[in-house]
Amino acid sequence: MDLVLIQLLNGVQYGLLIFLAASGLTLVFGIMGVINLSHGSFYMLGAYGALTLTQFTGDIFLSLALGVPLAFVFGFIIEWLFIRHLYDRDHLQQVLLTFALILIFNEAQKILWGSYPHSVPVPGYLQGGIKISQFLSYPYYRVAVAAFCVALALAMMFVIQKTRIGRIIRAGESNREMVEALGIDSRLLFRFVFASGAALAATAGIVAAPLESVYPGIGEPVLIISFVVVVIGGIGSIKGAFVGAILIGVADALGKVYFPAFSSSVVYALMAAVLIARPGGLFGRAA
Amino acid sequence: MHNKSRITRRDALKMAGVGAAAAAFPFARPAISQGAPLRVGLLLPYSGTFAALGDGITNAMDLYVKQQGGKLAGRTIEWVKVDDESAPPKATELTSKLVQGEKVDVLIGTVHSGVAMAMAKIAREAGIPTLIPNAGANVLTRAQCAKNIFRTSFGNSQPGVATGIAMIKAGIKTAVTYSWGYAAGEESVAGFKESFVAGGGKIIKELTLPFPNVEFQAGLAEIASLKPQAVYSFYAGGGALKYMQDYAAAGLKSSIQLWGPGFLTDGVEKAAGAAGEGVKTALHYVESLDNAENKKFRADYNAAFKRFPDVYAVQGWDTTQLLDVGLKAVGGDIKKQDDLYKAMRAAKFNSPRGPFRLSAAQNPIHNFYLRELKGGENVYLGVAAADVSDPTTGCNLA
Repeated sequence: MDLVLIQLLNGVQYGLLIFLAASGLTLVFGIMGVINLSHGSFYMLGAYGALTLTQFTGDIFLSLALGVPLAFVFGFIIEWLFIRHLYDRDHLQQVLLTFALILIFNEAQKILWGSYPHSVPVPGYLQGGIKISQFLSYPYYRVAVAAFCVALALAMMFVIQKTRIGRIIRAGESNREMVEALGIDSRLLFRFVFASGAALAATAGIVAAPLESVYPGIGEPVLIISFVVVVIGGIGSIKGAFVGAILIGVADALGKVYFPAFSSSVVYALMAAVLIARPGGLFGRAA
Repeated sequence: MHNKSRITRRDALKMAGVGAAAAAFPFARPAISQGAPLRVGLLLPYSGTFAALGDGITNAMDLYVKQQGGKLAGRTIEWVKVDDESAPPKATELTSKLVQGEKVDVLIGTVHSGVAMAMAKIAREAGIPTLIPNAGANVLTRAQCAKNIFRTSFGNSQPGVATGIAMIKAGIKTAVTYSWGYAAGEESVAGFKESFVAGGGKIIKELTLPFPNVEFQAGLAEIASLKPQAVYSFYAGGGALKYMQDYAAAGLKSSIQLWGPGFLTDGVEKAAGAAGEGVKTALHYVESLDNAENKKFRADYNAAFKRFPDVYAVQGWDTTQLLDVGLKAVGGDIKKQDDLYKAMRAAKFNSPRGPFRLSAAQNPIHNFYLRELKGGENVYLGVAAADVSDPTTGCNLA
């Protein structure tokens, strides 16, 4: 198999994983208007949660089934404790509070799990990989993660476009007061959206744990790349997050082959190009 | 997990204790330097991908001082800890905070080479006794050496040179390098290149990844297409763990040997599991070294922290050993700098890593050992290169 094709495959798979993390951020940002810097911490807590849960369950997918509801409840509590006080305040105060949350979560992580890197086992039935060249094989687990991400993306688009809760979310995004006037409790809506965002970030952290290995500070790069995805895709758009994440994944993987010296700036160059051509993002409303 | 949280709680208590004491007796510090506590500033990573390295160094230093009754040469040691986050842009401010703000007597730091460069610049200007327990940036003990700056770890090229020699001995003729593209990675690769090419080896391609990026897939695919006999890689901490796992998952392990300086496996031996089996590294320390110091150090460290020490802990231990030699020579009077530095330069002691002494540029001259990761442990295969010293190129002390 050709090197470029392999890199495309890597890029798409990396992009799908970024999408999981970025989708939660774009929902929270787009619908609630809250800049949530602690989004990466939910990813980090997901990864460490996967570490602990897998020690008990022995299987990453069981950990996923347990961890996602836990993350949802955790997000629900965080919204009730902190975030709900921020809706009428400016972005600077949101940044301050959610940055403080990062510091608190990082310290909690250190107290609970220590600072040594850990690995989370890939389940036995997904060991090994598909042989794609003489020396190289593509791990089954990565294929499974990619399939899982695609399924989740489709499910999210279905919920947002076709269901009642999706209609409420979209209505809340375009006109919050009108939704309230129609008798819908927007506070509850926001709490639900924030908890979903946290659960999505944690989902990404859990499925990534066996790929990434788990170590302190694992969430911060995810936060930054998620913001890039949101900017490229357009704030609040799940479809945009999907396309943006795949674009970034592919640009990153190909950048590493063709411009190794500049590979870390390729995704930002892409972001700049999108901002110039479409300031609102690919699928965002015109800014 | 349980044990680690216990250490952290104790640390927290200790820091709270220091804080409370400082608050209760703001004027109690005696004016005479002799009996007063010696304030030692620790600029180390306590968060991020190198957090475990910072903890290992700190634990060992703390253990050494505790074993001396909390004092070195009659002076009570007081740690002033700052988390440098391995972020070079913050290094200048944080170092100034320790040197000018906290007025520490001794500066110890750090892990990341970029942070150490900024730290050393301030240390040189301030003329404060400074010990580097890990960062390997070559110039720190080459062109930018200084009489007040000592290193107890290694110059980045040293482990690379030793690994190259070991790979030639193992009959490897072709290699690809794949490392983080920052100072430490580049210098490590340069050291490897020097000895590997001199021994008749050929480097097919040098691949890099920006630090601290851990998306290795692109490079691994390229390695598979280049088909070298072996890969030389410099990664450390969490990144090293992920790298070994990705390398194994990509199926490369069975066809292309993975080599590197020992940082690739240190601290993550157990976590690497099957993915780490057979990874060969060269380093100035190996767990099973047969010497009295190492046996005692391992037993004591394990008793105190419920985990065995890694190379970073050994470097922390030797940092306090070296400081102790200097302080004893001046009877604890840190102001007698010329005598302090003279004693430290001439220091020769037995380290858990084997015999330890310093070059004219104040960088260690020590043995490098060949190790193979087997069953969650680096197994000792022999001496890769004896008495390795780093060139003192451009150092005015040499």
